[in-house]
Amino acid sequence: MSGFRLADGGLIDRSRPLKFTFDGKAYTGYAGDTLASALLANGVRLFGRSFKYHRPRGVLSAGHEEPNALVELREGARREPNVKATAVELYDGLVARSQNRWPSLAFDAMAVNGLLKPIFSAGFYYKTFMWPASFWEKLYEPVIRRAAGLGRASGVEDPDTYERSNAFCDVLVVGAGPAGLMAALTAARAGADVILCEDQPRVGGQLLSDREFIDGRPAPEWAVSAAAELAALPNVRIMLRTTVTAAFDGCFAALERVSDHYPEPSAFQPRQRFWRIVAKRTILAAGSTERPLAFPDNDRPGIMLSSAVRTYLNRFGVAAGRVAAIYTSTDDGWLTARDFLRAGLTPVVLVDTRASAPAAFADVAKAVPIMLEGAVLGTEGAKGLSAIIVAAGGAQKRFEVDALAVSGGFNPAIQLASHFGGKPSWSENISAFLAGGTAQGVEPAGAAAGVFGLAEIFAEAAAAGAACAAAQGFAAPAPKLPTVAQTSTAGSLAAWRPNPAKDGKIFVDFQHDVTASDVVLAHREGYRSVEHLKRYTTLGMATEQGRTANISALAMMAQLTGRTIPETGVTLARPPVVPLALGAVAGDHRRGAFRPVRETAIHALSSEAGAPFVDVGQWKRPQYFPIPEDADLAATAAREVETVRTRVGVTDVSTLGKIEVLGADAGVFLDRVCATRASAIRPGRCGYFVMLREDGFMMDDGMIARFAPDHFLVYASTAHAASVYRHMLFCRQALWPELDVNLAAVTDGWAQFAIAGPRSPAVVQALVDAPRAITRTVFPPMSAAELTICDGVPARLCALSFSGERAFEVAVPAGYGAALFRRILDVGAAYGIAPYGSEAMGVMRIEKGHPAGSEINGQTTAYDLGLARALSKDKDHIGRVLSARPALNDRKRARLVGLTPLDPNDRLRAGAHVVETGVAPSAASDLGWLSSAAWSPTLRSFIALGFVSGGPDRLGDEVRIFDPVRGGDCAARIVAPCFYDPNGERPRV
Amino acid sequence: MTFSGFQLLRNALNGGTGWTPHWRKAEPKPAYDVVIVGGGGHGLATAHYLAKDFGVNNVAVIEKGWIGSGNAGRNTTIIRSNYLLPGNIPFYELGMKLWEGLEQDLNYNAMVSQRGVLNLCHSDAQRDAFARRGNAMRLHGVDAELIDREAVRGMAPYLDFDNARFPIIGGLVQRRGGTARHDAVVWGYARAADKRGVDIIENCEATGLRSEGGKIVGVETTKGFVGANRVGLSVAGNSSRVAALADMRLPIETYALQAFVTESIKPLIDCVVTFGAGHFYISQSDKGSLVFGGDLDPFPSYAQRGSLHVFSDVAENAMAVMPMLGRLRILRSWGGVMDMSMDGSPIIDATPIEGLFFNGGWCYGGFKATPAAGFCFAHLIAKGEPHQAAAPFRLDRFATGRVIDEKGVGATPNLH
Ligand SMILES: Cc1cc2nc3c(=O)[nH]c(=O)nc-3n(C[C@H](O)[C@H](O)[C@H](O)COP(=O)(O)OP(=O)(O)OC[C@H]3O[C@@H](n4cnc5c(N)ncnc54)[C@H](O)[C@@H]3O)c2cc1C
Repeated sequence: MSGFRLADGGLIDRSRPLKFTFDGKAYTGYAGDTLASALLANGVRLFGRSFKYHRPRGVLSAGHEEPNALVELREGARREPNVKATAVELYDGLVARSQNRWPSLAFDAMAVNGLLKPIFSAGFYYKTFMWPASFWEKLYEPVIRRAAGLGRASGVEDPDTYERSNAFCDVLVVGAGPAGLMAALTAARAGADVILCEDQPRVGGQLLSDREFIDGRPAPEWAVSAAAELAALPNVRIMLRTTVTAAFDGCFAALERVSDHYPEPSAFQPRQRFWRIVAKRTILAAGSTERPLAFPDNDRPGIMLSSAVRTYLNRFGVAAGRVAAIYTSTDDGWLTARDFLRAGLTPVVLVDTRASAPAAFADVAKAVPIMLEGAVLGTEGAKGLSAIIVAAGGAQKRFEVDALAVSGGFNPAIQLASHFGGKPSWSENISAFLAGGTAQGVEPAGAAAGVFGLAEIFAEAAAAGAACAAAQGFAAPAPKLPTVAQTSTAGSLAAWRPNPAKDGKIFVDFQHDVTASDVVLAHREGYRSVEHLKRYTTLGMATEQGRTANISALAMMAQLTGRTIPETGVTLARPPVVPLALGAVAGDHRRGAFRPVRETAIHALSSEAGAPFVDVGQWKRPQYFPIPEDADLAATAAREVETVRTRVGVTDVSTLGKIEVLGADAGVFLDRVCATRASAIRPGRCGYFVMLREDGFMMDDGMIARFAPDHFLVYASTAHAASVYRHMLFCRQALWPELDVNLAAVTDGWAQFAIAGPRSPAVVQALVDAPRAITRTVFPPMSAAELTICDGVPARLCALSFSGERAFEVAVPAGYGAALFRRILDVGAAYGIAPYGSEAMGVMRIEKGHPAGSEINGQTTAYDLGLARALSKDKDHIGRVLSARPALNDRKRARLVGLTPLDPNDRLRAGAHVVETGVAPSAASDLGWLSSAAWSPTLRSFIALGFVSGGPDRLGDEVRIFDPVRGGDCAARIVAPCFYDPNGERPRV
Repeated sequence: MTFSGFQLLRNALNGGTGWTPHWRKAEPKPAYDVVIVGGGGHGLATAHYLAKDFGVNNVAVIEKGWIGSGNAGRNTTIIRSNYLLPGNIPFYELGMKLWEGLEQDLNYNAMVSQRGVLNLCHSDAQRDAFARRGNAMRLHGVDAELIDREAVRGMAPYLDFDNARFPIIGGLVQRRGGTARHDAVVWGYARAADKRGVDIIENCEATGLRSEGGKIVGVETTKGFVGANRVGLSVAGNSSRVAALADMRLPIETYALQAFVTESIKPLIDCVVTFGAGHFYISQSDKGSLVFGGDLDPFPSYAQRGSLHVFSDVAENAMAVMPMLGRLRILRSWGGVMDMSMDGSPIIDATPIEGLFFNGGWCYGGFKATPAAGFCFAHLIAKGEPHQAAAPFRLDRFATGRVIDEKGVGATPNLH
């Protein structure tokens, strides 16, 4: 015996049958079904196994609160674990499997865990598995890990795509049930911009599940016409299949399931869209969740929430069973009994925990045997419910049934309001928590506000909609309220009578198998605060976040401690309301689009030339320009270095940060920001700068060009470009707003190339427009000019050298970059020019001992880097005071030196440590580390820059280079950091 | 009662009636030798070691809510000692050793799981920085391995090796690193401390720190005045607020950090993995949930919740390194408030008020420090002088310049 499809009725399309499989078996359902309703209609009762004891489980609910009917949906890379069958729209070709069972759903060997239940009580693992210590990782934990977990992830990349989008409105209405529709209508008619989000594929909410009449028509029809009116208004947007799932300060997050009702998203459609919705006011009309009742073996397949039974009957045309009973502490059970009767099925018994029958249900009382002040004492059935034992008035009675509808009251869906941290308040009236205060403009309405009578819902929702509109200056006309038959299903809590013999079978949290005896144990062991109870027993941590569990457990703990429920406490719901796929939240920021790629003007050219690229922050920089003659990339770098040192090379330096500083106070500003005196740079010249952080450590160094008295250009290093600009902006805006100075970051606006080598002047001469001469006397090192090149292209030229050779940097608006690079190679051909990449540039700067990113790493000072002398002593600047702290000027600090291996072929690597020779390497003999290292083709030796304790005082000393993580170990000598042309004569020739 | 397999069996047979509260629900006595403010992991560990190793048993821990309600019960449970700087390595390694013997010490299974911590690197410069760190660890006798791309693939085949924006080139591994069950750490310390006579007083907030003539004499609480001439503050995210009760301003700012768990799935991710080209770290709990986190919310806040901006950013980072996560669902997210210090390193020190000691500034990394911080704080309180491993964590280091800045971002707390 089991569920079946009624001959007619329901909001399904019987003309559109859909085929699907569950555990390999083929079934048919209809358009409009969920996976759960279609399986129930096919007589399937067993959907899954519980987490711990592997108890057989069916369907408890008809929505996102489902703890039991979890399946793996789809196959291959699209396989998704833990999908609630009750929330999956059926589509043709759907494939689902049961999970967390072995070897099969019907026969699950892991069910032996149930026999060990007395041992596997709450928190048992905290008390054992401790001996011997190493066995935890080796034995116990692997077993536990394999047993735990629900479904299986696909383990491979998700083939579907996702999008992110933004929306704005005056009033956001969450949920399109009677309350949401009424509130949206009122606000929209007043003229407010309204967004109405509905989780389901159709509007109506609870109206779809009940046989109500509104204005004389079946309620779903009223919902359709209300939606039609809304859809016709230009200021309304209705978003179906869209769940508002999290509230943040300033916005809501919503998930739109664009394609989940298809086997695969159609071309150019995302699977899901993640919305950020900014609303001035929000009406929370997300309904409520029914609570089950606590009684022994209350978890068998066939035992279902009363409202869910009705949803299956009325919306899907599915009866939960052939012989049904009802167990209720609310009027809801009576509604269900009435709908059963209308479907031609007479419940064998209605057990109400309350003392008197509700007056409005005289028709039910006449047709169904009623037991008042009754209780279900137990249930029977192997893989599904077959009988219940009922007590009333001292007698016990057994009923053979295959379905039991249970109702223990309703929890308003207040999660979104709780995300703001508002503490829920207990309502004695409905025995449930209501949203505490209206947080950040969120107003609950309808069942979410604890209002269950339809007439009342309409009146209050209309008032809420009008109030939200009015608060924004939209006057709402007095709403016309639909006429309805008044029904009400306020809840009450059924008492639980502790019984050690039975409590182990009263399931509170179905998915996690938390029972009443676990609550008793938690109480006994002192885990009495709600959070301790949750964490100790894992109550409410399952995939439905305790929607059906928390209140029952709370009530039990309140009873055990002799406190009221609000005294016992409440746990705050945490986002999201409905679990959110990580892919959806990430949206299209995936793969190559994770972070925008920054390419320089010659990216395509370099790529054609076969250059490999290196990631530098977001930039891609050409690393080498190999030619066929190069034996390997090391040879390429060596050749490129040699070209620059003997002839001329060109490289792309566009990634350097470029910050324009303009205004009458530009010099004053820079003098304060820099530790060097920028104002001393004359127009038409460049100067070296050092910037310190507030705390006195190095921030960056580089060059400043001054083109006019009120116009400087700061070249920050690639690595620090953003932080230097941010820092300068902060100084300008927050520290010295009174200065007449403006900043502009123009890094991407200019393509810039370094032309370096003894023959560079001739190449540059061939580029610049007449009559400018590029000679040692007319345009000596450190000159700067704005000029034109290549027949009128505006350009900036600086005679700067990073390589240690005579060199220039020429910049043009980025659009000219590729053309200029080609032109440089053309005119340079006569001089033997070759392009060089970042690797050769790095080698040359190490040869010159210039600090770069690995030396200026935020942990070093100007003193450490040997730059203390460059700092101006006679003015104030950022970092001056704190750089004088004693520990920052300790001679024993690790300070910059050069290192050369005693055997030039011994490879030095950055990251190796420098330790004393002659003693065992240890923390005590550790002197420092290598920050940069390279093979120097010029010196025919490996060389390195490094930081060594007291290093500059130990030039000439022999040390050991120790690199255990890469197996390196060799002897080296401490030398001065500049290996090549230490007096800097070459750029001047 | 001593927990054991035998006790478990015995109670299985008698319906669990033999179990007793893991710690007493104590009410404050008029005075103690030492009062610890803050019933997080650190406060409870401090009480445990005071009683066990330093012979100070007349101790109260006062907690404003339920124990573990702060960051101890909100963190992502990663434990490791893979630090770079000599000021840090010995301390975290002391912690690692204490973790390794914790269950036996506490007679409580805190599920210390040395599953390994794998830090991914994505550029030559980053690999070299990892080498520097790994070498520093080895010089301190701590395990570290630098592995290449293929070895990373062997450990974590599901990473994006093919289409990543920032290719994976290798990683730094500390095999002894891993995770521990955060709540169990709190409860285990509470139970062990309680057994040695420590009073754990919940729902008792410190509202004042009373001193006379520059010496501490006790704590005003919501349950009345509690006398003590040694008081230790261990209040993590509330450090600045509690220190203000004694008119102290700390070199600390407070920011929210979010954490996330997915629905429970069968074993997928074995070790702890951190992404090197963004900010993202992940592990899988014994229950099957993936536990992960990312960047701090960038603005100061005492609200224990995060912003959508960082929420999304964390998901982007996750997808950047593990695109197989796409269809897995975030079940819950939450925030904790972080006591971010000016150099990203903690403070365990005496204060200008005699008898008042401070432990804080743990940033997002104080869970792994729980045993070592407890031990060193107990040492400081009991002996009046710092334990050697915690000696660098001085309050005056910002004045002297002896800062311990692992990340090199300076006095910008939200960047550490
Ligand atoms: C999301 C997140 C992820 C993290 N991940 C990690 C990680 O992976 N690894 C890691 O090592 N660390 C991590 N951390 C950091 C770590 O959790 C903290 O550094 C550490 O827990 C702080 O120490 P505690 O346990 O003592 O703090 P808490 O547990 O916060 O203890 C402080 C206690 O003081 C109480 N208190 C405050 N004011 C008062 C008062 N006036 N009177 C009485 N009591 C008071 C609080 O209620 C609280 O219980 C993370 C933190 C967060 C939030």
